[in-house]
Amino acid sequence: MTIATDVRTQAKAEVQNLNFHYGAFHALKGINMPVHEKKVTALIGPSGCGKSTLLRCFNRMHDLYPGNRYDGKILLHPDNTNLLDEQVDPIEVRMRISMVFQKPNPFPKSIYENVAYGLRVRGEKRRSVIDERVEQALRGAALWDEVKHRLNELGANLSGGQQQRLCIARALATDPEIILFDEPTSALDPIATASIEELVTELKDKVTILIVTHNMQQAARVSDYTAYMYMGELVEFGLTDQIFIKPQKKETEDYITGRFG
Amino acid sequence: MSANAPPMSAPLSSAPDTVSDRLRKRASRHVKERVIEFILFSAASISVLTTAAIVYILVSESLTLFEHVSLWDFLTDTQWTPLFDDAHYGIMVLLSGTLTSSFVALAVALPLGTIIAIWLSEFASFKTREFAKPVLELLGGVPTIIYGYFALMVVTPALQSIWPDLPGFSLLSAGLVMGVMIIPYVSSLSEDAMRAVPMSLREGSYAMGATRLQTALRTVVPAATSGIASAYILGISRAVGETMILAVAAGMQPNLTFNPAEPGATITSYIVQVALGDLPHGSVGYQTIFAAGLTLMLMTLCFNLLGYYLRKRFREVY
Repeated sequence: MTIATDVRTQAKAEVQNLNFHYGAFHALKGINMPVHEKKVTALIGPSGCGKSTLLRCFNRMHDLYPGNRYDGKILLHPDNTNLLDEQVDPIEVRMRISMVFQKPNPFPKSIYENVAYGLRVRGEKRRSVIDERVEQALRGAALWDEVKHRLNELGANLSGGQQQRLCIARALATDPEIILFDEPTSALDPIATASIEELVTELKDKVTILIVTHNMQQAARVSDYTAYMYMGELVEFGLTDQIFIKPQKKETEDYITGRFG
Repeated sequence: MSANAPPMSAPLSSAPDTVSDRLRKRASRHVKERVIEFILFSAASISVLTTAAIVYILVSESLTLFEHVSLWDFLTDTQWTPLFDDAHYGIMVLLSGTLTSSFVALAVALPLGTIIAIWLSEFASFKTREFAKPVLELLGGVPTIIYGYFALMVVTPALQSIWPDLPGFSLLSAGLVMGVMIIPYVSSLSEDAMRAVPMSLREGSYAMGATRLQTALRTVVPAATSGIASAYILGISRAVGETMILAVAAGMQPNLTFNPAEPGATITSYIVQVALGDLPHGSVGYQTIFAAGLTLMLMTLCFNLLGYYLRKRFREVY
């Protein structure tokens, strides 16, 4: 396996020998890969290859369901915390690592309260602080101009693309270190997809991004690094340009060129 | 119906299957459809007709009462003594008993039912839930006469031991037991509504760093508002319409009071008392139960309309 070494960036997180089981099913097998700081890392591969499973290890979403087991480490820098350690509170992990889901899932609340949600669960009560962070987050998600006059309307009244940007604003509001995107555009039309992709590209100046996508063009467009997974294993990891132009492995090339998957 | 179906192209070899043959088939199918439709319609009409008949009887019998008693007296009189020589027909008296006992019952059932629903839906493990839910629903299956005696024989003496002034019949002890009876109606329906909230919404909340309790209270409960409101409305209707517990444990003295520590009659317990008593049919006293029944029915109708409105207003938007 080839790990691209890029001297300009540091790893924000490192996956070390990660194995994951859903009950008896061995879903992730010995994954090793870095997640570079303030870059976009894409996880690609055919359905069921484990890319979403790997993504959901980063914020311990698997803890919500019984019978799941992690082995190995995901180290979060700079403090070298092992996110998967049983001593580490999953809520602490999720305070540092936000997530945007496949289908927009705004809460049944106003636009404002949707964005303020993360701050409120952290106990933030000062109205001025929340106001400021909500505006910042909505600007960051390129939604502010569209919703600034109707912050009290239900989030569900927005269009699909706007709802997804609302979910991105929600994730941004708490100032996370990493944002996980789980196929964020698979429920959206092409125009909304383009706006989300543009947003992802802009966000990487501020935050480290890990994105799962089933769309290889999307991975090529938005990511700096790409990991190709198959059957729970990491087949190849490298700079996106390298993976798409000159993959090292035959399997990667077959998948990229559409001969497989 | 089937008249618009495109003609099927019959193969040339099957000469006997002429156009008229196919039409006959279609006609017999049509008859069958009509018969089935009629059966379904009759089944549906039974319930509608029953409701209409009940309303008709209540209204027409009440009207004969209102020939003797003015509607104004019925609504404003502060005494309910239809069986005395000095007869008074103030429905407020019975209404106060119904409202007071319902208030006590709901003060028990709504908070407890909601808490139980939240626990079952968001905190209990699968195994616990599969065990606890049927057991809880059993509470709603206990005949209410048993609850009535439980209130009279157990709850009232227990309350008297800490509060000696409490009379042997009281709206309080009947209301408390009625509240326990209503808990499963509230909790079961609320839990169904909460469990119907999609997992993606919970994941969204957890992913923001929320705890279980925060997720339950800030995301799941708001998302299930319309279902929870329906559960509350059902609980209120049950409380207002409950009869046996009150007839047994609350005493049957008409008493204009909003103090739960007093005995009192409710609309329902008064109806039982008269319907089972030896009052001659057709007397003014007997007619009063129809007016009381009509009042009760209007109340529950209001609650149903309120429930309908709440369901529309807060319909699930996830």
